[in-house]
Amino acid sequence: MFTARGITKVYPMGEMEVHALRGVDFDLFPGEFVVLLGPSGSGKSTLLNILGGLDIPTSGHVVYRDHDLTTAGEAALTEYRREHVGFVFQFYNLIPSLTARENVALVTEITKHPMTPEEALALVGLGHRLDHFPAQLSGGEQQRVAIARAIAKRPDVLLCDEPTGALDITTGVVVLEAIEKVNRELGTATVVITHNAAIAGMAHRVVRLADGNIAGVVSNETRRGAREIEW
Amino acid sequence: MVGRLPITALDRKLLRDLWEMRGQAVAIGAVMAAGVVMFVTYLSNFDSLQRTVDTYYERQRFADVFAMLKRAPLSLESDLRAIRGVSVVDTRVVADVTLDVPGLLEPATGRLISVPSRGRPLLNDVFLREGRWPEAGRPDEVLASEVFTEANRMAPGDSITAIINGRRRRLTIVGVALSPEYVFSIRPGEMIPDNRRFALLWMERRALASAFNMEGGFNDISLRVMAGVPVEEVIADVDRLLEPYGGLGAIPRRLQQSAWTLDNELVQLSTFGFIVPAIFLAVAAFVLNVALARALALQRPQLAALKALGYSNRELGWHYFKWALIIATLGSIAGVIVGTWLGAQMIELYNQYFRFPSLDYRLSPGVAATAVALGFVSAAIGAASAVSRAVRVPPAEAMRPESPARYRASIVETPRIQRSLGQGARMVIRNLERQPMRALASVVGIAFGGAILLVGFGFVDAMDVLIARQFNDGMRQDVTVTFVEPRSSSAIHGVAALPGVMSVEPMRAVPARLRAGARSRTLSLTGLEPDPDLNRVIDQEGRPRVLPPEGLVLSRMLGVVLGVGPGDVVHVEVLEGRRPVTPVRIAGIIDDIMGLQAYMDIDALGRLMREGRTVSGAYLQVDPAALEPLYARLKLTPAVAGVAIREAALTNFRDVMAQNMNLTIGINVVFAAIIAVGVVYNAARISLSERARELASLRVLGFTRGEISSILLGELAILTLLSLPCGTLIGYGLGQFIMTIFQNEVYRIPFIVTPATVAWGWLTIISAAALSALAVRRRLDRLDLVAVLKSRE
Ligand SMILES: Nc1ncnc2c1ncn2[C@@H]1O[C@H](COP(=O)(O)OP(=O)(O)OP(=O)(O)O)[C@@H](O)[C@H]1O
Ligand SMILES: [Mg+2]
Repeated sequence: MFTARGITKVYPMGEMEVHALRGVDFDLFPGEFVVLLGPSGSGKSTLLNILGGLDIPTSGHVVYRDHDLTTAGEAALTEYRREHVGFVFQFYNLIPSLTARENVALVTEITKHPMTPEEALALVGLGHRLDHFPAQLSGGEQQRVAIARAIAKRPDVLLCDEPTGALDITTGVVVLEAIEKVNRELGTATVVITHNAAIAGMAHRVVRLADGNIAGVVSNETRRGAREIEW
Repeated sequence: MVGRLPITALDRKLLRDLWEMRGQAVAIGAVMAAGVVMFVTYLSNFDSLQRTVDTYYERQRFADVFAMLKRAPLSLESDLRAIRGVSVVDTRVVADVTLDVPGLLEPATGRLISVPSRGRPLLNDVFLREGRWPEAGRPDEVLASEVFTEANRMAPGDSITAIINGRRRRLTIVGVALSPEYVFSIRPGEMIPDNRRFALLWMERRALASAFNMEGGFNDISLRVMAGVPVEEVIADVDRLLEPYGGLGAIPRRLQQSAWTLDNELVQLSTFGFIVPAIFLAVAAFVLNVALARALALQRPQLAALKALGYSNRELGWHYFKWALIIATLGSIAGVIVGTWLGAQMIELYNQYFRFPSLDYRLSPGVAATAVALGFVSAAIGAASAVSRAVRVPPAEAMRPESPARYRASIVETPRIQRSLGQGARMVIRNLERQPMRALASVVGIAFGGAILLVGFGFVDAMDVLIARQFNDGMRQDVTVTFVEPRSSSAIHGVAALPGVMSVEPMRAVPARLRAGARSRTLSLTGLEPDPDLNRVIDQEGRPRVLPPEGLVLSRMLGVVLGVGPGDVVHVEVLEGRRPVTPVRIAGIIDDIMGLQAYMDIDALGRLMREGRTVSGAYLQVDPAALEPLYARLKLTPAVAGVAIREAALTNFRDVMAQNMNLTIGINVVFAAIIAVGVVYNAARISLSERARELASLRVLGFTRGEISSILLGELAILTLLSLPCGTLIGYGLGQFIMTIFQNEVYRIPFIVTPATVAWGWLTIISAAALSALAVRRRLDRLDLVAVLKSRE
């Protein structure tokens, strides 16, 4: 589904250069569930941004199905994000002036075969908080709204940057179940960044990043369900 | 149920965001509305006046060419009619007389105009407002001009006394009338109408002719010129025909006193109607740009997230553009409504100043549409760069936490100063230094408010200057007497002997046409003593000018009209007496304030006329206690054609100007204050949103409300103080610019501001800032610490 070859990303920082990615090869197959692990600053978010069409690599190629993301223009990337990608941001990035329902509607209104905002919010266990504004929700609840917003469009790829970082076990499990469900039932290829190695058990494949390089790939013979995860 | 509304989530965000910043939106909308109000007010008046004038001229058959002469026999009419291009000729008898008006101590001037004994005038038809036409064979019946009867509270049935050839004749007013020739009616040689002391009286032709020995003759003609025929050619033919009969030079309609004044006013109105709103709308666009740019900077993370979710630059650009359009819509609509109301008020003023059968206010759809369009265009211009810059944010930014802003110790903080500055003061200075462009934008915005205020106040000063120049420096005589015919200089002794007269200066006015190449103007040459004490020739600074022994001194504007300057030669065609035609050098140009003047040393003028020293009038200084007997004598002196009184003119001038300017200045001041408040409030509110988090953190750390207020408001105070001198500079430039544009043949008023005016302007801006500060302070006090710290933005 994704074929990334020789991805580098360099951020110029005045005189210095920060090498966030140093030649990464990465593949994602349809329906696959991949977990990205790695220490802070190892380039996980950078890689996810490039896969999601938020950013373009300094060198290397990323091809999604038949779209070459590295040569796509602004408009094509926008189209790609709108049609194919669901994002869960590391910081929830909800629109503060819109309610939970409206934040989800923001996405369902511009995509082709979305769920209703209500369905999406029910999936993350927030069916009863539809008309609350972000400021009226806890951090974890805001995160779940963000997940609802990401899955509501029934994306082909779901990209999640530490979706459970701020959540307790019970809600974390609810969120992961939702992600798992989308992955399983809709066949959505899913990439989840996490610091929690326990979550890696849910994945088909676990990719470890270190200092901008792939440090190792492990395929799980048996996957664990979200419920079986221990924090 | 909210979810059912057919309105997208993005639009809902738009409405909520706008509601959240409604204070700012209203402030910006108000500035925009101010511009639209000005535009609608001035241009709807222009439009209404123009329409009224056009239909009035058309209906009443206002003539195309006018000429006065001494006397010609009726047989000349057919010769005039035979001039190529002339379609209608109307001849009249017109004479100025002294009037004794009941209830008026001083003598007034009446202009008797003949109307046909049967039927209506062929040209310049009189509009009868009230009463009836004079009956044939009733020499004592007249129609009187409406402004005169109004000013003197007279009605048909009342009577006045005219002094005709030294004999008192009672005239009964049988009707009240108006004429397209006298939409603006003014005594010859004056600038401001004196409705109490100047009457137009229409009298049956036979009666008028017999009183002035004009039976079988006429001394005034009006012509209609066929379309497509150059008026100049007709004028040349008329002048040739009239020359043997003492023709005073034909003039086209556009130079006819009333039409000329009206034209100048209309031009001024339309200029004002474009320039001033343009300035306001430019400021509005600027304020909108600054406000939107800063508001969008706050929305950066949201913008990035929306882009990551798949919204395109175009969609987001349009989304934020709509902010501006909504503000513009509300501002324009409010502007059109208020402008229409103000316009209707203003037309009342014109109704005082100009007189039409009816002057109705009308807002044409064209003016309204243009006003709204201008509001939109300025909003679009203001929004465009802010929006396009904001939507360029890379979507990956959504994935990053906000990095702390980069601060550094400011350059003004030497270690010694640093110790003496409080923590709060240090934060204020660093914040200003960190974003110098933002600080500059606020300073410039507030400065614009100050500038417009200065211009508004400056107009009041300008009026004072005008009065000081005209009445204190220039026209220092108490009374001006003009004679029916030029007299020998011994007449001055007669005037000096009148009761109460303390000193006398001679004056000679000669009707003449000045010609320079193809350009010419018909006017009155004024001969004065070289260095007079009473009626002095003064420039815009109030400095008296000593007339050179030879040559002309012209108003700068007349020099411009004729295309000549000092040292050039103009051909003077005298239209009186022996009618000499002589080249005369221009000895000087004077920057004066009113009208088109041409001065000469009275003796030089006498030589030019090839006659001894003659006088056509005198300037008098009078013992105030003796005014009553003097007026009584003047009323009965047959040689006196007119008496002008300085005090009356001054009062009159003040009244007219006060009426006229009060509204204009009122509008300017109110709207300048709106701009000032709008800009300051915006600056304060945006700083508040930008720094809510920081300030809330400080509160959590234990800072008091007073302390955090002083950080934010201290910044505002510094910006306001910096803006004051800038505003004065911009305002001065703007005022000069506007006054230069408004220089016309009627007025040329210098833009002068007194220190007191500057002080008032500053005070107003400081008050506006304080008011905004108060509003922001109230918000600061209500700052919800938890909510601010919890949300990311
Ligand atoms: N816009 C940027 N400008 C400069 N450097 C950046 C930028 N974005 C990321 N970096 C740097 O690139 C490196 C990789 O960052 P990235 O956000 O991908 O790390 P991460 O693995 O997601 O870390 P974490 O687990 O803390 O989120 C870091 O050293 C970071 O400082
Ligand atoms: Mg990260």
